[in-house]
Amino acid sequence: MDLIWEGLRKALELLLRLDPEVLGITLLSLKVSGLATLLSVVLGLGLAVTVALNDFPGKRLVIALMNTGMGLPPVVVGLFVTVLLWRNGPFGFLGILYTPAAIILAQSIIATPIIAGLGLAALQHLPPGLRLQILALGATRTQLVWLLLKEARLPLLAAIMAGFGGVISEVGASIMVGGNLKGSTRVLTTATVMETSRGNFDVAFALSFLLLVLAFSVNALLTHLQQRSRRP
Amino acid sequence: MSREVLLQARNLLVRRGGLQVLEVPALDLRAGEVLALMGPNGAGKTTLMLTLAGLLPPTGGELIFRQTSPRSREQQDALRRRMTMVFQDPLLLDATVAQNIATGLQLRGVRAAERQPQVEHWARRLGLGGLLDRSAHHLSGGEAQRTALARAFVLQPEVLFLDEPFSALDARSREGLIEDLGHILADTGTTTVLSTHDQSEAAQLAHRLAVMKEGRIVQLGGLREVMNHPEDPFVAAFVGMETLLKGQVVTCGEGLISVRLGKGAMDREVLAMGEAQPGQTVLVGVRPEHVALSLQTDNATSVRNAFPGAVTKVIPQGPFFKVELDCGFFLSAYVTGQSLSELGLQPGRRVVASFKATSVHLIRREGLDPQL
Repeated sequence: MDLIWEGLRKALELLLRLDPEVLGITLLSLKVSGLATLLSVVLGLGLAVTVALNDFPGKRLVIALMNTGMGLPPVVVGLFVTVLLWRNGPFGFLGILYTPAAIILAQSIIATPIIAGLGLAALQHLPPGLRLQILALGATRTQLVWLLLKEARLPLLAAIMAGFGGVISEVGASIMVGGNLKGSTRVLTTATVMETSRGNFDVAFALSFLLLVLAFSVNALLTHLQQRSRRP
Repeated sequence: MSREVLLQARNLLVRRGGLQVLEVPALDLRAGEVLALMGPNGAGKTTLMLTLAGLLPPTGGELIFRQTSPRSREQQDALRRRMTMVFQDPLLLDATVAQNIATGLQLRGVRAAERQPQVEHWARRLGLGGLLDRSAHHLSGGEAQRTALARAFVLQPEVLFLDEPFSALDARSREGLIEDLGHILADTGTTTVLSTHDQSEAAQLAHRLAVMKEGRIVQLGGLREVMNHPEDPFVAAFVGMETLLKGQVVTCGEGLISVRLGKGAMDREVLAMGEAQPGQTVLVGVRPEHVALSLQTDNATSVRNAFPGAVTKVIPQGPFFKVELDCGFFLSAYVTGQSLSELGLQPGRRVVASFKATSVHLIRREGLDPQL
């Protein structure tokens, strides 16, 4: 028990002191996972809308692949992205391995299927006649998509939260493609792993606490967006 | 009615999954008319309306709106915006009543200040004045469908499509809404296509009636024309001509036809108006609202057909009661609650059923199934 109390005390101290290194790691986590989520929202919702509004051969297969993708293990994504970005790999010329860009790429690959899969389920859950009704009211194709997304906003924001939650908390891909380089690619999860393995439980606690605060804040913001439109 | 033709369909064809679900060689919709579509589920009523409304691209054929046929995607979208549709399910958006009614105007870029008076006008018109700020999730079925109708009328559509708009409502909300809709349609003169299963809905709202079967229009004409003179047994059954009896023309002269009903009917004869060939097989149709019931035969009457019989069944039907009789053949009649009690109508009661020769409709068709 002493270990826990000591850790919490140290964590509080680090936070109150606004330790520049800890602050930097926290902001990088927020930036990397935030951008990855944003990218996944664009790609994932685009995919969800395309699949939801169109009938094409092999649609069920595509949906099955999207749903399978929701469970992609981060270490597997990490491995593939590492190989692809490796100096001799097909995208080695980009030179982004062990940079934040590589982490954003890997995390987008993790979050996109989550947002696409849950987003598609959200859109397919709308009443089947709604699309025709909105068109009958005179909507253009763009207006139709916008109104459908708006109508499904509750489950869609839940999908975005699931996507963000998936990437802010993953460690496998970040460590493999980012390398946990101090001051460059060290994020909250990779730093926690490192400090724990070194036996610095107090610092690990501080970092974990920050991770929880970060996840909570972002989700609180999204929940606010989600719930403010609910009327009594 | 010789009004301008607003919307025309030519050689309309819709195939789905290799099956032909709609084939309408020609249909003209006249400005200001209310056309009712009747037919069983799967007859193609919804498909026809979706196609006419520009919401379902047909496999073949064309739509002509005010003499022009939209060709490009832009023209088709522009035409779609001049019409609108209300479905059986109100399909309201997750927003307030006012926001729902305003949706179509908003999609057309009408500014909020201009939208508001129109939204309020149509909300009042449909009895939603006090509900403007209510969430669409907290409406009764009737209020939700009224919101859907206000959302359509606020667009002042040139053609309004109503796909079984009352089917999901309870009897009381339905009656009130049909009455209000009737007034609005009469006031605005909105050209309307209405699909329904209910002949009384069609009778209250429509000028013309089309009966559909298996993707085709089997009969189209004035409301009374189709209801009183169905061309075949299918249409007759669908528009509520419940008594349909096989018979053979015995004599014909001076515009009066005598038809002998089949052996099951103990060779009784029915008189009808018109011309026919003696020996011809016909179907004798009588609408239940044209059959009068009394306790004895009145000798001095202009009614040509009177048959004694016994009541077999009394079925309440809204404001009326349907009385089924065995007069040696099946006959059904509508009576009011007052008549029901005054005549003491109940199963087993002996009565005389009578109807005028002018109320008898004969279906004469080549190849009429003699076993029918």
